[in-house]
Formats: sequence, C-alpha cells, structure tokens
Amino acid sequence: MTGDKKGWEAVQEDAGGSVRDTDGAFIDVRDLRKTFRVRRRSGLLRRTSSDVHAVDGISFTLRRGEMTGFIGPNGAGKSTTIKMLTGILSPSGGRLRVAGVDPARDRTRLVRRIGVVFGQRTTLWWDLPLRDSYGLVRRMYRIPRARYEENLARCVELLELGGLLDVPVRQLSLGQRMRGDITAALLHDPDVLYLDEPTIGLDVVSKARVREFLLRLNAERRTTVLLTTHDLSDIEHLCERVVVIDHGRLMYDGALAGLHEIGSGERTLVVDLERELPPIEGIEGARTVRTEGPRQWLTFPATASAAPLVSRIAADYPLVDLSLREPAIEDVIARMYAA
Amino acid sequence: MAEPGAVERRAPGRGLSARRALGGVAWGLRAYGFIAAMWVRSTMAYRASFAMMLVANFTTTFLDFAAIMIMFSQVDALGGFALPEVAFLYGTSCVAFGLADLLLGEAERIGRRVRDGTMDILLTRPVPVLSQIAADRFALRRLGRITQGALVLGWSLTRLELEWTAGSVLLTVSMVLCGGLIFGCLFVLGGAFQFWAQDASEVQNAFTYGGTTLLQYPPTVFGKELVRGATFVVPLAFVNWLPALRVLGRDDPLGLPGWVDFAAPAVALLCCAGTALVWRAGLRSYRSTGS
Repeated sequence: MTGDKKGWEAVQEDAGGSVRDTDGAFIDVRDLRKTFRVRRRSGLLRRTSSDVHAVDGISFTLRRGEMTGFIGPNGAGKSTTIKMLTGILSPSGGRLRVAGVDPARDRTRLVRRIGVVFGQRTTLWWDLPLRDSYGLVRRMYRIPRARYEENLARCVELLELGGLLDVPVRQLSLGQRMRGDITAALLHDPDVLYLDEPTIGLDVVSKARVREFLLRLNAERRTTVLLTTHDLSDIEHLCERVVVIDHGRLMYDGALAGLHEIGSGERTLVVDLERELPPIEGIEGARTVRTEGPRQWLTFPATASAAPLVSRIAADYPLVDLSLREPAIEDVIARMYAA
Repeated sequence: MAEPGAVERRAPGRGLSARRALGGVAWGLRAYGFIAAMWVRSTMAYRASFAMMLVANFTTTFLDFAAIMIMFSQVDALGGFALPEVAFLYGTSCVAFGLADLLLGEAERIGRRVRDGTMDILLTRPVPVLSQIAADRFALRRLGRITQGALVLGWSLTRLELEWTAGSVLLTVSMVLCGGLIFGCLFVLGGAFQFWAQDASEVQNAFTYGGTTLLQYPPTVFGKELVRGATFVVPLAFVNWLPALRVLGRDDPLGLPGWVDFAAPAVALLCCAGTALVWRAGLRSYRSTGS
C-alpha cells in the first residue's frame, strides 16, 4: 500500500489531500455522541430499557503533533470516546475525523495510521515471544522489511527490550509488557497514538523510561498522542494540554496550569503520631481534615512547599512517620464541579 | 458534510463493490495463512508435546468409532446398515467436521473475547476480524480427528462392495468438502450469535459436536422428525446422509426427490452466504453496542 517509501511521509502522501485539509484539526470531534440502550429485567418477563448517554455531545480538535491528556473519573466516557476514535465503536451522532478518515466507515484504512496501547490488556499474543508477535504485526500492517527492522531496532534500543525479544509475553513483567506493547503500536509508523493508562501499575523506573520515550517520539516524528490516565504526573510530564470530560460532557479543554487554577489543587500530608492526639492545630497554611487514631490528614495548597510544614509538625508533635499525597485528578475534577 | 449532531448517511458510490469484496476475501485468507503459520511454527518448537497432543486427539476422537464397533459385536446391522456402511458415514462425517474444526473451530471463543475485551484489540488491526479469530491458536493437533476419520473411511471403502463410478467418487469427495463448509458455517454462525448472547457456545456445541455424532449413524436409527430437522432446519443431512445414501444405493427415509442427493454444493454455498450476512450483522451490532 505505501510501497517502499520511508517513514510516515509515505503514509501522509497515501492519504492524499485530506491530510493537508485537516492539518489544522488532525483529530476533529464535533458534538460526538454515544448512547447505549440498557435493558433490565423488571419482572418475570417484562423488560424495561433506558438510554445511557455515555458520550453526550463532546467537541474538540487536536493539531498534528499535539500531545494531549484525556482525563476524567471512571465512567466519564473516556474509553467510549477512544473506542469511537479508533473505529471500534460507531458513534450514535456527531461528526468524527481522524487524519481525514471517518473511523466508523473506514475502519481498516484508519487503523493503518493509528497505534493503540491499552494499559489494562495487551495487544500482543500471550503465548508468543515478542519477536513472533512483532513478525505478525509486520505482516498485518504490510510494513516493508527495511522500515520494520529500523523501527524495531529503534524501539528495542530506547525501551531496552534487547534481552526480552525471545520471551513469551505471558512471562514478561507488567513494565516489560507495556514497553513491548508500545513497540508493537509503533512499528507501522502511526500518525496518531492512543495510550489508555500506559503507566498503570508501572514502577518508577519503567514509568520514567516510557515517558522519556514518548516525548522523544513526539518531538522526532510529530506523532499526535492522546493519553488517558489517572496519574496526574503523567500529564504533567508529557502534555501541555488536557481535555477533561465527566458524565460524557466536556468539562475543560486547555493548558494543564489552567486546570490547577480552576481546581485549586491541594496536596495532602498524612502523618502518623506516636499516639492518639487531638487534631493538629496552629500550623499556618494547613488544616487537619481527618483523624483516625494516631493518624492525621492535613491539606495544604499544591503551590506551597511541604518542607516547612513537616519541620513545624516535627518540632511540636511526636512524629513517627509521614507520607505526601499529590492531588488526584478525581479531586481536582470534583472541585471543578463545586466551583 | 452533514450538520453536527446528525449521523452522516453513507455517501453514494461508497458501497461495497464486488471487486473490493473479493480483494477483502483474498487478504483475509492470506492473513489467516500467516497467522496460522506462526502458530504452527510456535507449536513445533515443542515437538514432543505436539506429538502427544496429536495422539491424544486421535485417540479420544476414535473412541466414537470404538463404541460403534462394540455395538456391532452384539448386532449385525444398525438401522439396516452393516458395519462398513456405518463406517462410511462415520468417516465422511469425521473428516468433514475435522476440516471445519481445524480451520474455524476457534470461532466458538468469540463470547469470551467479547467478555474479556480482546475483541476490541482485533478491531484495531487492519485484518478481517474473522481471520484473526479463526487462525488464533491454530491447532494442528486437530489433524488427529481427521486422520482417524480418514482411516475409518479408507477401511470402509475396501469393505463396501460397490460399483465405483466417476459420479460416486465425485460425490464422496464433495461430501467431505461441502460437509466441511457446512460445519464451518455452523462454527462461524455460532460464533456470530455470541455477539448478541455471549454464553451461546453451549448451544453451538449441540449443533457442531452434536451434529457430527448424529451423522456418524444411519438416518434410519433416528425418528423422522429429527431427520427432517437435520434436513430442512439445520442442513446437516447434506453433509453425508443424503449423498451417502445415493453412493450406498439406499433410499432415504424421507422419500425426497433424487436430485436432493446432489444438492450439497448448492446448500453449502447458501449456508456461506447466509453466514456471511449474519457475521456482518453480528460485528455491526458489536460496534454499535459494545460489550
């Protein structure tokens, strides 16, 4: 299909004029809707059905080469939107274009130009070694041999998969498998990469490696990346822009900094004292929100430093242990609601 | 372009042309080929284990014929059919079913794929979903069933005292091929129904595994209603009963017109067309409703 031309330029030419037309809005979502009809048994034989609006009129556009975080609480409609963007589900309404292609109608044409990574389940073949999985991917996407070797070598080097190519997928650790999945999604030089929870369950080292790789990919190949995650630090490291949805509707679309302002994010300091004491008081900028035996929870603004706070508490109270919790996306969004 | 909010209608001239459809089928078959080849290579990495699985498959499927032989140690005929004649039915049923089971047996796992979400992954690849499902875990050990069926069939041919004509040879070959197609359709149909009812694989087993067992015995041992059902509702009778009765020079218990014995290829093609429609509808339903 793309012949022997190199890299994503070939893919770009293949799609003809549509790419130029959509360069301003490489992914174009307008009033996207998905309604599921849910049937419930309400008697012995009677069944009632009700409509659930999983995605209820979402609009946004992504430029080519943009890296965007797509966040929202569980059940917000993230997965449903991603499934429509990848052509797995067909929309109930609205207009959808990815690289000039209508995913619902032209699924097979679209999937040659996108890569998908599901953090929760592998796209690789469980019983096959990575090398065989990649061989199948090469044939499925009809990737020219030279380009395949080049892309594979690059991913193997950057994601440190060298010693793992002959290991069956089921024997890989979560972090190794995730790196293997990302490689599989990139062998055919996709223009768009969808990442659904790519760092879920990964250790700090694996997380950092994956993030660094994604940044490099985006910088060097202008790959458009849409990332869903529950980990706000993923977004902070990778994305300049976030799209927040909840209950199937768009809540926020803009810079990450703006989200923090709106949500007025707070961090939480959890302290374990020697014994049960009345709530800690008199610490400037912090307030105790919960106590449970010797453990107490204090919140303070995300913009403030935790260090003076800790030293103040340590000076006045019998401190045994402490931990710091970053604001969870759910909390930020919950506060957006309240605001 | 349609206004936002409205689902766009299919643009004129974008319909599925015959050429595109043929190209799609050819690509689907090729994809089936390389996925299956990968699994065969992967299985062959453990030759001893493969050999054991093959023998196990051969033995367990051969037990069906062992049961028939035990019956014949007590009786001389079953429904008026002698052992070589029953062996002929057994062999054709086994080989036809074995081919379908080898090539399309994995389709019965669709319900599980819908439940665990791996169906979504298949939809993100530029290969027809049916090729990916059917070729997944392609299991060459299923040759065991085909081998023992072919051996029994071969034995029956040496024992049957028949005048072999070009017609009856052709009929026997077409029994295996068309029968394979009909069973294959049952596998895919059963799989497609699992898009709507994810636990339907047990029902499917009744028709596939149940069907091949049914066809190992002469139609005369069953009630007419069952034979009618296997002719007109689920066209199992076209796999071997009707053409085999012609080869063996027997009358069929329903007294159908003679040309019906030669109708298997047409029935198989009809089954394929119907199955293709149901499959497409199933996939479309999945893509509009999710799991």
